[in-house]
Order: sequence, then structure tokens, then C-alpha cells
Amino acid sequence: MDFIISHYNYWIAIFLMMVGFYTVISRGNLVKKIIGLNIFQVSVFLLYISIGVVVGGAAPIITEGVELYSNPLPHVLILTAIVVGVATTALGLALVVRIKEAYGTIEEDEIHEQDHSL
Amino acid sequence: MIDVIIDIILLAFLAITAVAIVRMTNLFAIIMLFGIFSFLSAVMFIVMDAVDVAFTEAAVGAGISTVLMLATIALTKDHNEKQPVSHRPWLPLAVVITTGAALVYGTLDIPPFGDPGAPSQIHVAPYYIERSVPETGMPNIVTAVLASYRGFDTLGEVVVIFTAGIAVLLLLGGRRRKPTAGRDEGEGNDT
Amino acid sequence: MTHNLVLRVVSKSLIPLIIVFALYVQFHGDFGPGGGFQAGVILSTAIILYALVFGLDAAEQVIPSAVLRILAGLGVLIYAGVGVVTLFSGGNYLNYSVLAGNQIAGQHLGILLVELGVGMTVFSVMLIIFFAFAGRGRP
Repeated sequence: MDFIISHYNYWIAIFLMMVGFYTVISRGNLVKKIIGLNIFQVSVFLLYISIGVVVGGAAPIITEGVELYSNPLPHVLILTAIVVGVATTALGLALVVRIKEAYGTIEEDEIHEQDHSL
Repeated sequence: MIDVIIDIILLAFLAITAVAIVRMTNLFAIIMLFGIFSFLSAVMFIVMDAVDVAFTEAAVGAGISTVLMLATIALTKDHNEKQPVSHRPWLPLAVVITTGAALVYGTLDIPPFGDPGAPSQIHVAPYYIERSVPETGMPNIVTAVLASYRGFDTLGEVVVIFTAGIAVLLLLGGRRRKPTAGRDEGEGNDT
Repeated sequence: MTHNLVLRVVSKSLIPLIIVFALYVQFHGDFGPGGGFQAGVILSTAIILYALVFGLDAAEQVIPSAVLRILAGLGVLIYAGVGVVTLFSGGNYLNYSVLAGNQIAGQHLGILLVELGVGMTVFSVMLIIFFAFAGRGRP
């Protein structure tokens, strides 16, 4: 029981990761794939930040009278990762717009049919 | 005890929103649910004492990402997802369950959540916590590490953002050609 | 027109507050949560709100696209330029301690300039991307 209480955060983060992963590999709509990728990214951030949590600690800003701080290093890494993630998402959505203009559809199997029917 | 209850409620909402995103077919509703998901994860970050990360996630995820996705479905005029007709519907589920089981098996060795004696808290973190104010004079340790101790990574990140801006300009910056239903002839923008 | 009226009045009072908050987050990133990235995104959100309520042409009159492109490159140039200045002042690349008299003042100056560059680039790139998406739909 103690084991479940001390580890359920990680398990729910892994469940969210798998939900995002399932959305990417099993759905054909390109915008939905990008949304699934974003869900995967956010749950990876949740997993990383939960590794740096200290029970009873405060946010890593030095203030008077606080003894215990959370680990600041995962915060730094995830800050960079969030911004790179939004750059990737913006680029992916621009590609989706161009694909729609070129093929007329954004469903993956229809794009494959148009490619193979040459 | 109240912390555990807040944690469980927030994580349950996150899981319900994620499952609803997979199951729904109306793209507009899915994008709105994604905004809610991003905002709930920002609240989760605050509960876990990561205030800088929560700030960035709320601004970037629930702000910019949602607006860009809405602009995409407005440009592609595609509001509903087609139901997938896959030949092997059990294959993605099997892959996902196998990967999830392998990851859960990997987390059995992780130290308990919030343990102050975990290896991630006692080797490198005290160095930055103790020497950030004497060496740089900034109370915000995350900004000090981001801009001073690990400044090269932030330089690379700024260049990545700049490159994404240039790439979107190349893809979408020109005049729009008339939309064709079939295969497009030629390439490039008419600027 | 009437169903836009509430949006126009409310956003006219909110947009200056958002801009002031973005500047606060930018320059108080040393003492509280914040920094260059959050400030750039919040500032671009103010202009995006203006574009959504008052039209894309009005927003492009506030900030022309040519200015945005210059700002984006200028942000990266400021960041890399601080490193080159420290290189020529005797230290390593991006070692801020040699920028001023003592180490603490040098670090403060270096981090201030670097966060300014980051904020400028993030602000202009987010707006470039939004204007590119929104301008694609016009014939």
C-alpha cells in the first residue's frame, strides 16, 4: 500500500504517455496525431518534474527562512523542452496546411491512396 | 493527506480528459479539450512546486498551441475526423500495452515520490542551491542556471525557435495558390 | 457590431495590462518566477488578442512584418553578441563575470542582456507564426 502511494504519480504519467502514443499510431487524421504528440510531451514533462519533487520543500527561489528547496535542475530542462515542443508543433501544423492544399485532404489513408495511384 | 487527495483528483481529471480526446471525433471539441488538458497540467506543476514550468506551460500550451491548432482547422476546413477503417484494430493496442508494461516495470526501482534522500537530490542540486546567490546574486535559481550556468543550452534553444519561425515563413509566408483537389503541380511559393 | 462590442471594450482595457504584466515578468525574472520565454509569449498574446478582436490589418499596422523579422534576428544576435563581447574582454565565451567590475555586477548585466535577447526573439517568432497562419486564409 505504501508502495502504491509512493509510485502512483509515475504510473498515471505513464498511462497518459500511452494514451498520447495510442492517438499517434492508431488515428489517421493528421491534426489529431499532432494533438496526441502534444499529450505525450506533456506527460513526459509530468514524469520528469515529479522526479525532482521534495516533500515539504518550496519552489526553488531563495527566500528568507526556507530550508528545503525542490530540485531546480529538472525545471530548467523542462523549460527548454516546452519551448522546443511548441516550435515543433507550429512547424507540424504548417506542414498540415500545405498538405491540405496539395492533396485536398488530411486523412492519412486518402493521402496514401493518392500517392500510390500514380 | 490533503495533498494526496488534490494530487489524485488532478491526475484523475487529466486521465479523463486524455481518454476523451482519443475517443471524440469533432476536431473543434478535441482542441478545446487539449486546452483544458494543458491548463490542468499547469496546475499540476504548481502543486509540484515548479512555478516557472507552470508559467511557461500555461502560456505556451493553453495559449499559443491552442490558437495555432484552431487556425489550422480553420484553414483546412476540416471539422470532423473520419472514422478509421483499420484492418488490424488490435495491433496499436497491443503495442501500447506492451510499451506501458515495460515502462511500469522500469518504475519499480525509482525512489519513492518526494524522497529527500533520493540520488537525484543529493549529488548535483545542492551545488546549485548553495552557490547560486553568492556567485550570481539572483534568488531565482532556475533563471540563474538557465542563463548563466547552462547558457549554451539556452543559446541553442533560441536558435531552434528562430529556425522554426523561418521554416513557417518559408512554408506559409507566400501568397496562397488556388486550392486544387488533386495532386499539386510544381512547388514553391509565389512571393 | 453589437455582439462584438463587449469584446472590443474589454480587450481595449485588458491589452495594456497584459503588456505591462509581460514587461514585469521580463525584468523581474531574477527575483520571482519568470524570465525571457514567459515574457515573450505573454507579450505576443497581447498582440494576438488585438488581432483576433480588431482584425489582422489593424494588428499589422501596429507591428509590420518587416519589423518582426528584424526583431527576431536581433534577439539571437544580442545573445550571441554578449558571448563575443565577453570573449574579447578576456574571459571564456558567455562568461559574464568579465563584463563589469566585480563578478556579481557582471553576472547581473549579462543575464539582463541575455534574457532581453531571448524575450525579443520569442515574441517576434510567435507573432511571425501567427501572422503566417492567419494571413494564409486571405485570398
